[in-house]
Amino acid sequence: MSLEVIDVSGLATIQDSGRIGWRKFGVPTSGPMDRFAFNAANILAGNTPDHAAIEIGLGDIAFRALQDCVISVAGVGYGLSVYIWDFPLWSSYYVRAGWTIRLNKLNSGMWTYLAVAGGVLSQSILDSRSTYLRGHLGGRDGRQLQAGDVLKSGISSHPLTELAARTLPEDARPEYSDNLTLDVILGPQEKYFTEESIEKFLSSEYTMSRTSDRMGYRLEGRQLTHRNKSELISEGMTMGAIQIPSSGQPIVMMADSPTTGGYPKIGTVASADLPLLAQCVPEKSKIRFQATTVAKAQQKYRKLMSGLERIVEE
Amino acid sequence: MFTRKQKQKMQFKPRIVPLGDSSILIQLGDEIDPAVNRRVHALAGLVENSSIAGVIETVPAYATLLVHYDPLVLSFAQIKNILREKLTQIQENESRKPRQVEVPVRYGGEYGVDLELVASHLHLKVEEVIRIHSEKIYTVYMMGFTPGYPYMGKLDDALIMPRLEIPRTRVPAGAVAIAGLQTGIYSIDSPGGWNLIGWTPLKLFDPTSESPFLFEPGDEVKFIPENVS
Repeated sequence: MSLEVIDVSGLATIQDSGRIGWRKFGVPTSGPMDRFAFNAANILAGNTPDHAAIEIGLGDIAFRALQDCVISVAGVGYGLSVYIWDFPLWSSYYVRAGWTIRLNKLNSGMWTYLAVAGGVLSQSILDSRSTYLRGHLGGRDGRQLQAGDVLKSGISSHPLTELAARTLPEDARPEYSDNLTLDVILGPQEKYFTEESIEKFLSSEYTMSRTSDRMGYRLEGRQLTHRNKSELISEGMTMGAIQIPSSGQPIVMMADSPTTGGYPKIGTVASADLPLLAQCVPEKSKIRFQATTVAKAQQKYRKLMSGLERIVEE
Repeated sequence: MFTRKQKQKMQFKPRIVPLGDSSILIQLGDEIDPAVNRRVHALAGLVENSSIAGVIETVPAYATLLVHYDPLVLSFAQIKNILREKLTQIQENESRKPRQVEVPVRYGGEYGVDLELVASHLHLKVEEVIRIHSEKIYTVYMMGFTPGYPYMGKLDDALIMPRLEIPRTRVPAGAVAIAGLQTGIYSIDSPGGWNLIGWTPLKLFDPTSESPFLFEPGDEVKFIPENVS
């Protein structure tokens, strides 16, 4: 089964669960910006989260189905139409050969995932199909998708008719919003900041800059002050880590985060809240931070991910 | 008698702290120091060889080891206890023999464009820069910046150079460079702010190869000057 990209104005890349095991060599993980929506799309299509799907952001995309297939779409900020019908996201659909699938960008949200039963196939680089644009690795020749690309899918282990018309109920999804309070685990370098700055960080409102990308989200708000040093000797970091460079404005590392960095990290966004952050709209969403503990954050993440088991047949 | 610096090093109490809810950082020191870095690699080896369920991967850096884990499998308290235990076993593992990699280098010329500038800045002859740089065996402290880029040291004090004021927008893969007490090799064509003194024909990163990376963290590296005829 295959899909042909017939039109694309957004940033569309092939992503799987990420390039695991190569970070010590300096290779970023990549993978989806919103892991929850990505996993949901895969599971709705009868795949495991290890399968590759298409991530679309910033603009529109349209496909033509070259054979009958089952697709699923999950995410925020997109309208879906299949053939002549408009359909809701967070569901799977049977698509006949020749039909057109359109994902049109709406005013809210950022990223949406289209999965195909059997998973999107592409060359696997360092054990992963995820696209790392800066390194020109993975996905379709290390680049974003363009019109004319034909994406083949694998063979699903389920009959297609069993996979269509499944949905993930709204109360099992993250509470996406344009007005967010994100849980943060403070540290490891909270001592690099004045107490007043930590207080400021936890009490003021941030917006996201337009210069944000898959590597990092740049936030704008009240300036934070380092106690004395604004650099440390480089150490490992991860998605969600909040670096404060000398400008005093936070940068939250995202899916294509460099593996190491040398700016002090005031904290890290809880895994359960990363999907909410990922879907923020530049210059629109309002972001606040509140301190939590690792134990609470892990509990919240387990609860969120268990929501993926609540897929129902319609 | 110990020097003040040695005392400081002995006094550094390892810290095990969370980096979010799915990574944990073990800090063994707070400076770029070969002895501290050896302990980091010893610990990384211990963790990787134990194949602990839920541990995804480790990232050794100068003075820290970051362990990425799956919070659906391991709680913070569990991984912290495991790592505390591993910390006590570092000594035995520290004597493990690192891999040794020889790197042929063409110093100067087309790809080592800064070599003469470096020499005059340091009041050395070009030949002396080459001799001092290639005499020592370096350790790959950590990898990062671009896939396969090795941060190596410790460079001889005589070769300390500041970074370029304006980084180059494109440095070719294979360029051998120095900055501060470190030396590195550009692993892919990329921007760069270090002083370029030579070039190696070795490929540091080949994503399609069976072994995609020339180096791994903890390797010992010796530069072999090539005669340009």
